[in-house]
Amino acid sequence: MMSNRIAATFSRLRQRNEKALIPYLMAGDPSLADTETLIPVLERAGADLIEIGVPFSDPIADGPVIQRAAERALRAGASLRAVLRMVKSLRVKTQVPLILMAYYNTVMAMGERRFCREAAAVGVDGIIIPDMPPEEAGVLQTASAARGPCLIFLLAPTSTPARQNNVIKHTQGFVYYVSMTGITGAALRDVGAVQRRVRALRQKTRKPVAVGFGIATPDEARRIASFADGVIVGSALVRTIEAHKHAPDFVKAVGRFTAGLKAALVFNDAR
Amino acid sequence: MTSVPDKRGRFGKYGGQYVPETLMPAIRELETAYAALRRDRRFQKEYRECLQRYVGRPTPLYFAKRLTKTLGGPKIYLKREDLCHTGAHKINNAVGQALLARRMNKRRVIAETGAGQHGVAVATVASVFGLEAEIYMGVEDMERQALNVFRMRLLGAKVTGVNAGSRTLKDAISEAMRDWTTNVRTTHYMLGSVLGAHPYPMIIRDFQSVIGREARRQILAVEKQLPHCLVACVGGGSNSLGLFYPFIKDRQIQMVGVEAGGLGLTAGKHAARFSGGAPGVLQGTMTYVLQDRHGQIRGTHSVSAGLDYPAVGPEHAMHHDSGRIQYTSATDEEALRAFDLLAREEGIIPALESAHAVAEVVKRAPGMKKNHILILNLSGRGDKDVGQIAGMRGAAS
Repeated sequence: MMSNRIAATFSRLRQRNEKALIPYLMAGDPSLADTETLIPVLERAGADLIEIGVPFSDPIADGPVIQRAAERALRAGASLRAVLRMVKSLRVKTQVPLILMAYYNTVMAMGERRFCREAAAVGVDGIIIPDMPPEEAGVLQTASAARGPCLIFLLAPTSTPARQNNVIKHTQGFVYYVSMTGITGAALRDVGAVQRRVRALRQKTRKPVAVGFGIATPDEARRIASFADGVIVGSALVRTIEAHKHAPDFVKAVGRFTAGLKAALVFNDAR
Repeated sequence: MTSVPDKRGRFGKYGGQYVPETLMPAIRELETAYAALRRDRRFQKEYRECLQRYVGRPTPLYFAKRLTKTLGGPKIYLKREDLCHTGAHKINNAVGQALLARRMNKRRVIAETGAGQHGVAVATVASVFGLEAEIYMGVEDMERQALNVFRMRLLGAKVTGVNAGSRTLKDAISEAMRDWTTNVRTTHYMLGSVLGAHPYPMIIRDFQSVIGREARRQILAVEKQLPHCLVACVGGGSNSLGLFYPFIKDRQIQMVGVEAGGLGLTAGKHAARFSGGAPGVLQGTMTYVLQDRHGQIRGTHSVSAGLDYPAVGPEHAMHHDSGRIQYTSATDEEALRAFDLLAREEGIIPALESAHAVAEVVKRAPGMKKNHILILNLSGRGDKDVGQIAGMRGAAS
């Protein structure tokens, strides 16, 4: 059933001529209680799926903004176990698809089988592991085969045609297309190139394609959404959280930023 | 014994390719390029000539007569990697990878460095091969190895300080991987130890195994027999594997890898991965990693920047589990005493990293037979450490 929460969301949006907004926030930044408060706020502001970062001490795919968020989260005591407890308590309030983004070592430390069992039990819909290409996914694929969560794989501009085929075959829920050769939070330079590559991907698959890395503003989100099924906004949201974390309008600021992104992704003005 | 790694880059259960998708095509390209060059006679000849004429190989295998007598155990030979150009074994790998980078038409190279020895080696080969070089170094290491920072800049490399995490080698590697992810089309990442995703652990082992091949030839020429024991320090593990690998099938030879014991294993301030670590994935490879129960990487401590790293090469992890190589550790204090001992007994100032191996020999030699032969890999010279030690002693007196 898990994969269906993601699939159902994409097909519902397709019918409404909307594109998925997938915000990313770091669990535990600045505290787990704040994250638990923010997730329903993101949903009300228009988030269609939510990506929850699990902090790791050595995040090789992340730029400085998410690195700092991970450091704050670790200081606040966040861990994979704590994130799973938080998801369990969130599931009473919301059915929005929740996707974890975790580095392999945090999953391995818990044990791949135990992680899959507990993630499915609390209602995690998918997991993205940026340092696990499909070639190294065997253990987790076996562990998640019975009842999820979805394993979502990434494609990059450098991926060869053979690698594209392999990722498309193995990814569940959607294809995570990395907009550029770079780390999270870098500036997006060439939307035209992203468009050409995503169009080429569409010739190969009917799975939804969501684009992430470097998308910071409603304008950028709209341009990407004109050819993708979803946009992932990470560092820009984390920066908003960082800037307002001690401010009285913290929750409002995060909601406002998210609503601004979602407004850019509705193409029929029905909202 | 089957040869390792296997086709998937595995050393038993360790190794592999745990990198972001963006880098996967680049490491596959590196695999292909290296597989071709490994069989290429012209490349091998060029590599050998560089080692001979530029690096100064073969390095001597020196019988340490006074140290042998003082310790009262086996005959101790020192493999003098400290006499390589730039002062450590690191250049063996840097030369090989520079030739590889040139074959792949990558004009820019990046590297991480801890003690600065690999950074200096990369800056050096970049200069002589006409490549652009950028070296990442933790700011804490930049302080304790200021001389090497200056050397790298003299050689024309850009040195970029890394202010994240523990500000040491681990964070320099993460930053170099981020640079590589961003500039992968034009840049070759010259990893400095038998770490990271396949094919790096294999490539670096192969380039460093010139140490063991020479030592084998040299000891047979002098002693007419193989050694009984080999000792080397283990940070990532490239100098040790370089010495051990050509002897690994001689089951009777004992091999000892010495990790950094820091302030002692009980204090938790060390870099002894095999005593305090557990299997995990860090920076591209599955191996023993110092981590907490949540999989967060633990802080390490060592007086020597080159051993101050929370993971170890995956091939070492395999040899640890099989028992082929024995791993032990030396504390900061033991390494500092060994540093003085070698300076006074043999007129050789070792790198603090290599002093850990000397410390193990000090402990082990008295219990060994006098007619036995031990080879200690003196992986680097201590000039770079003199300032740090003078500072420590000045502060203490």
